[in-house]
Amino acid sequence: MTQQLTTITETLVERFPGAVLKDERPGYEGYLVSAENLPEIAQFLRDQMGYDYLSSVTGVDYLPEGKMETVYHFFRSTGGSALELKVSLPRENPVVPSLVSIFPGAELQERETYDLLGIIFDGHPDLRRILLWDGFDGHPLRKDWQEPYYEEEAKPFKSRWPEGRAIRVEEKNIFKKNVKYPAGFDPETFTPEGDTSLFASLDKLKRHDEESGMKSDHIIINFGPQHTSTHGVFRMAAAVEGETIIGLKPAMGYLHRNHEKIAERNTYLMNMPYTDRLDYLSPLSNNFGYAIAVEKLMGIQPAERAEYLRVIMAEFTRISNHLFLIGSLLNDLGAYFTPMLYALEERELILDVFEAVTGSRMMCNYFRFGGVARDLPEGQLQKIKDLAFDRLPRKIDEMDRFLTESEIIRARGVGVGVLTPEEAIAYSTCGPVLRASGVPYDVRRADPYSIYERFDFDVAVRYHGDVYDRFLLRFDEIRQSIRIIQQAVRDMPEGPVQSGKPQYQAKVPAGEAYGRVEGPKGELGYYVVSNGKPNPWRYHVRAPSFINLTALEKLCVGNKVADVFAILGSIDIVLGETDR
Amino acid sequence: MDGHGIIKGLMVSCKRFIDTYLDDIRWFGRRYRTPEGIAHRMSKDTAGLFTVQYPEEKLPVPEEFRFIPFLVYEEDAEGNKIHRCTSCGICSKVCPPQCIWIVRTLDPKTGRPVPEPAEFYIDIDVCMNCGFCAEFCPFDAIKMDHDYEIAVYDRLTVNIYDKAKLSKPLSYYAMIRPSNYQKEEMAKAEKETLKAARKASGNS
Repeated sequence: MTQQLTTITETLVERFPGAVLKDERPGYEGYLVSAENLPEIAQFLRDQMGYDYLSSVTGVDYLPEGKMETVYHFFRSTGGSALELKVSLPRENPVVPSLVSIFPGAELQERETYDLLGIIFDGHPDLRRILLWDGFDGHPLRKDWQEPYYEEEAKPFKSRWPEGRAIRVEEKNIFKKNVKYPAGFDPETFTPEGDTSLFASLDKLKRHDEESGMKSDHIIINFGPQHTSTHGVFRMAAAVEGETIIGLKPAMGYLHRNHEKIAERNTYLMNMPYTDRLDYLSPLSNNFGYAIAVEKLMGIQPAERAEYLRVIMAEFTRISNHLFLIGSLLNDLGAYFTPMLYALEERELILDVFEAVTGSRMMCNYFRFGGVARDLPEGQLQKIKDLAFDRLPRKIDEMDRFLTESEIIRARGVGVGVLTPEEAIAYSTCGPVLRASGVPYDVRRADPYSIYERFDFDVAVRYHGDVYDRFLLRFDEIRQSIRIIQQAVRDMPEGPVQSGKPQYQAKVPAGEAYGRVEGPKGELGYYVVSNGKPNPWRYHVRAPSFINLTALEKLCVGNKVADVFAILGSIDIVLGETDR
Repeated sequence: MDGHGIIKGLMVSCKRFIDTYLDDIRWFGRRYRTPEGIAHRMSKDTAGLFTVQYPEEKLPVPEEFRFIPFLVYEEDAEGNKIHRCTSCGICSKVCPPQCIWIVRTLDPKTGRPVPEPAEFYIDIDVCMNCGFCAEFCPFDAIKMDHDYEIAVYDRLTVNIYDKAKLSKPLSYYAMIRPSNYQKEEMAKAEKETLKAARKASGNS
């Protein structure tokens, strides 16, 4: 491992003399590269070194040093740990070359970084705000940006204790001003450009009539934001020719709450319940990723029994998430609610376990740094065994009989929304979308975390890359998860569930860490930068449902309008995570 | 594409349909609105109707279930309420949405803070039920409640709970969380004996 990285350093330094520097700051990894050499280096990494998977693009505002950095995490699609590149930029007018032409998967992520940090990606085909509205003042993740009702730089706030006084936010709002406008802005005369620019991005498409010489217009159809099949508040604008999609752009951010800014005000532990609210269908996987990232920074190992509990809970989360997906996908296809309710029954039994163990059905908040919050209450182990050894295998088989051979699903799914393995990697898709396209990439195997290397399970993979395969892959994954739970229950040792004393103020040394887990929707990564204070300096979530949407246009083009929802359903997005 | 798959699927839902009646007959009269009926519907062997008809029927709340916090008080011989809370402020420091406000009591003579809080507020509109306050309270003074039926018509007037509304007796806590209560009492007793033993050995 170390040797491998050394050779990479040597190759890079040899190939790009003067342009690549090892990041020598304590607690930091990776390489600092110059902005002008970045595309060349990225191309070299992809073509010569096998780092063909650009997992995460983000930025950090180092206000005290007066600079910003963009951070890129590259992986090999054959497995292994990250290669990190950073580009240092001035805070005034930060411009960095876009990587979209080399890694199309960077498209939405670069837009997000531009939106939240104001870093301009030169050469990006469609650099617009993505999560915030177009009249928004400033870039909120810059450290000198302050929100309305700004209280203090970091929690805990002094006004709560010792100078306690109960004030509701609304009470401060006597003038009904809860937004800040830029100078010279008049809300009465402002016309938002969001729609125009959204449709303009579709207009860049090459039109048929240019070839034939005939004058014709294509129609733009708008789906959402309020639409039953988008599983939340999500919008798509599609250009169609007849019934066929020729271009499609997602528009999101309706549920945006700037999770990352909130998290930078919070202490480390306070973020744990907030992560539940990202992908609210799989809270325990979200906890898992964050706990791993912070434990990496702190350099602690979780207690042995806690590791097993974590795995059991995370795999149950995967099962319940996939069950929900199977149900709602069938809903989207028109099988009104029967499959959904069958799936929800099993999910309900899993949620019963969550409720008894963690205290809440969905907002679990179960993981702590160094372990989990509490041991299994009496009787719950038996419940878990009942589910894993008896009920779930039986019911998954029933579900399988019920749905997989149905001609309706096959007619709507086979050959619809195909993504080839090369495209899947290039678009940085992850999780079931990637694996259904024939790329056996599962973080649990490719870059093992926690104790997954102890378990015997297969990476579920399917090869056609269509909606039907993505649907079948969920069944495969549920079966593998049941296998893992069975082994974990069998091997789980007795002992404490937390290493060290429970602390409400985690002491996190300065540095950076990227913790990633295989969430039910794909690779869920947390990039955390600490400066030694009680609050994280930077906290970034690599949200799988957000990044999987990069490939949405690719998946939809050439299909019919009615297939869009089958495709969207098969990607499995949760808007709490997409919009953050 | 001969319809075979659809027929297979229909068989499954048909079996479920029949199961509903079979299970009703098997549990004749006891399947609905009885605790054992609800327990059966939550078990691995349940078949047929799964739904629990709230509010006529309610799912039992597990001990670890957490909802809005409350303050535990003990009663002394004269019936005075003695709060366990010492207004140390850990709960308000660890609270992620910062919805706990504490006003400390100051001794009128010395001006120094005394343990019991003068006022204690929780804005339950903001509370996210994470349970950190209960988890990290060193005095077991704040605990998470089980009562989830707290809907009101006007949140602006009633949803900031004050000390009086938050206070609940120790016996209530012992009732809703019996095993946690027992564990804490045992730990406390153990500490006491250890302290006494240390004192005894120190004296000798």
